[in-house]
Amino acid sequence: MSGGPAPLVTPPTPAAAALSRRRFIRLVGGGIIVLFNADLSDLIGQETRTRGYPTDFNAYLRIAGDGRVTVYSGKIEMGQGVVTSLAQMAADELAVSLDSIDMVLGDTALCPFDNGTYGSMSTRFFGPALRAAAAEARAVLVTLASERLKVPAESLRAEDGAVFVAADPKARVTYGRLADGQKIVRKLDGKATVKAVSEFRVMGRPTKRLDARAKVTGKAVYAGDVRLPGMLYAKLLRPPAHGAALKSVDAAAASRVPGVVVVNEGGLVAALASDPETAEKALGLVKSDWDIPRPAFDDRTVFTHLLAVAGEGEEHEKKGSLAEGEKASASLFEGQYVNGYGAHAAIETHTALAHLEGGTMTVWVSTQTPFPNQQAVAQALGFAKENVRIITPFVGGGFGGKSGGGQHAIEAAKLAKATGKPVQVCWSRAEEFFFDAFRPAAVVKIRSGLDGAGRISLWDYQVYAAGSRGTEQFYDVSHNLIRTYGRWGSDTPKMHLFATGPWRAPGANLNAFARESQIDMMAAKAGVDAVQFRLANTSDKRMRRVLEAAAAKFGWKKVVSPSRRGVGVACGMDAGTYVALMAQVRVDAATGAVTVERIVCAQDMGIVINPDGATMQMEGCLMMALGYTLSEEVRFDGGRILTKNFDTYELPRFSGMPALETVLVKNDELAPQGGGEPALVPVGAAVANAIFDATAARLFEMPMTAARVRQAMAAAGGRAHT
Amino acid sequence: MTDSISFRLNGKPVRLDVDGDRALLWVLRTDLGLTGTKYGCGESHCGACTVVVGTDAVRSCVLPVRAVRGKDVTTIEGLEKDGRLHPLQEAFADTGGLQCGFCTPGMIMNAYGLLLKTPKPTRSQITAEMNDNLCRCAAHHRIVAAIERAAARTGGPS
Repeated sequence: MSGGPAPLVTPPTPAAAALSRRRFIRLVGGGIIVLFNADLSDLIGQETRTRGYPTDFNAYLRIAGDGRVTVYSGKIEMGQGVVTSLAQMAADELAVSLDSIDMVLGDTALCPFDNGTYGSMSTRFFGPALRAAAAEARAVLVTLASERLKVPAESLRAEDGAVFVAADPKARVTYGRLADGQKIVRKLDGKATVKAVSEFRVMGRPTKRLDARAKVTGKAVYAGDVRLPGMLYAKLLRPPAHGAALKSVDAAAASRVPGVVVVNEGGLVAALASDPETAEKALGLVKSDWDIPRPAFDDRTVFTHLLAVAGEGEEHEKKGSLAEGEKASASLFEGQYVNGYGAHAAIETHTALAHLEGGTMTVWVSTQTPFPNQQAVAQALGFAKENVRIITPFVGGGFGGKSGGGQHAIEAAKLAKATGKPVQVCWSRAEEFFFDAFRPAAVVKIRSGLDGAGRISLWDYQVYAAGSRGTEQFYDVSHNLIRTYGRWGSDTPKMHLFATGPWRAPGANLNAFARESQIDMMAAKAGVDAVQFRLANTSDKRMRRVLEAAAAKFGWKKVVSPSRRGVGVACGMDAGTYVALMAQVRVDAATGAVTVERIVCAQDMGIVINPDGATMQMEGCLMMALGYTLSEEVRFDGGRILTKNFDTYELPRFSGMPALETVLVKNDELAPQGGGEPALVPVGAAVANAIFDATAARLFEMPMTAARVRQAMAAAGGRAHT
Repeated sequence: MTDSISFRLNGKPVRLDVDGDRALLWVLRTDLGLTGTKYGCGESHCGACTVVVGTDAVRSCVLPVRAVRGKDVTTIEGLEKDGRLHPLQEAFADTGGLQCGFCTPGMIMNAYGLLLKTPKPTRSQITAEMNDNLCRCAAHHRIVAAIERAAARTGGPS
């Protein structure tokens, strides 16, 4: 994905039988190839792979005879910047310029198997492996140069795409010449020496995104932008509610529309035409009758429902005993925190274009999981997996929402098979809100206690439907029990009426909201400043450092809440990264509307590969988080999704921009940690705590809409700070 | 049903035989193959489909193609001149005013419309004028910085 349109050429398709190394190198062409593993989840998932590439690696880099370096990986680019950050790593370790790197991502015919792109894993796991692979390739090049130049390897240096004699730089040979005609395949054994931070030339420096030019000119190709001769645009008949069963359908009128093809096969009813509006009009002529189940619960009663069906809990962390903790506590606190369903709401809706040619179904898909989609499409069509190719062009936002079962890809593929034409399926916004695998509605119950010395003596934490991510205890608690009931995802079907799945930092946002609100409640009751209270109750060095850094940048002044200043603090941990943030809010006394005026965020994410990219990700997290914090909520009644477009699902906007200040707390001793999600996590809690500080009203539900804040203020009898 | 509709698209004359009720967005994307203009919501809430007609930034997803008869339509593809990026495009790329890039063409076209009328906008004019363009990656701060940079450099688009 070097920025131009996705290549439409068909590369050699891997044969049905497992490829031998020899066949593999013949397929990819000669040169120097280093195979490596891009993330740990794939090592676990290895047995699920069947046939195709050799199975002991999931990414590789190749240096070709022209000196160009290509990185092949099943990861995808959805805005998180891997095209740039991974290229930077490869360039630095190989000692080549950034523009001699090509990235080939998310193409099942060209890239080895990969589970998918999620969980801030690209940099964290892929990064170290790619750097090691590139370092290994450099070592191979130096060895070859030593043979060719007939000098000891120790006397050589590699720089700018060539190896030369350190004492005589004119005695040099380029990587291209070294790689030309070679058939060297190395499997990374983990012994390669990567550069120290002080040796970075490309990493650690701000770099303009490599995909920027394509994206500002409109030339960047997304799944919906691929055009094939004779292609049709499909509109599919959709149920009025989840759980509805189709009783009858009459598509006769639709099929009489000139230029319209109707498909009605095995529950799939679609109108297709050479433009989507004609297809849409024809679909409007399809008569259908549905059995709709009676609504069991809605967006207000869902929390009671979740508690009722939760079943047995699962213990995650246990220390001491709750009974002992209670005894040790001078004061006890109870809180129940809730958050409704959230939509991913990427601006690009799920889109796929499928084309059947020569027995191979090729599908261009907006997805975070091309390889699982390949499997899903193959299964749906009854094709061998090798006869399905998924190509992932640029993805217009994912946030976890495009890691589902590939329904859009399957729909396009089935329709392409049925019509014999290339078929595009591009979900409407209403379809997107209907089929999205929402962040699950969830509940957290906390019972906590403080001893006479102001230390946390009890922490009894129960989370329903959100899962354990973000519940890890970093406060020094003598009696601690963390229990989860049901997880996000499909393994608890009784909990939800529709699909649920990972939403950027899944579960962690609610867990941080609950924990940090509860901590704040305790600090206020104890009459201790919220920052001091946290510092007094955690000995975790990384957490203390980010908290102190945030306080310094913010200019935090010791005070006991509610102080009417409207300031709040919260901490969080996610994907190996530590975050502390502080918010300044203004609350409209009459309406309850909250304006977040300023956020300061300090983050320790280990070694920072691209500071500009990391800062951008932090800013994106903070701004995006204002949505789940203040406004985003899916409304539904039983299986009917009432939220259909952005007029009722309120994303953060320019008018709501707070001043953002970010601090990267230096920690070069630690490998790079996740950056795409952590800063999102504590925002809800920091804002809730700031609202409390401003109004003496504590919010127990997100999003903290004006109506909810007004209600909480009335209940607290507090007056707003304006 | 079929109308003959002529207009100027990115400076070049276009003549189409097309149902005039169809949305400009889909005519651009399917009939004319200009895929830089994006579908995001279909109801003018998100701004991904923004193009400039005359000097107005408009939502092409709700604009019938017959409404541009005889007019000048500029899409994201029309900003680059002889391989040179428009200052807004350059500023979006340089400041990192994009992530996934899907809202970017609409953002740039909305800002282009703003600068046509208000070459030196204030910060609050920018946020007000851009408020109905949605960016899910939340690159808002960089987008505002990009527009300010472009405005400072050019005093308005050329």
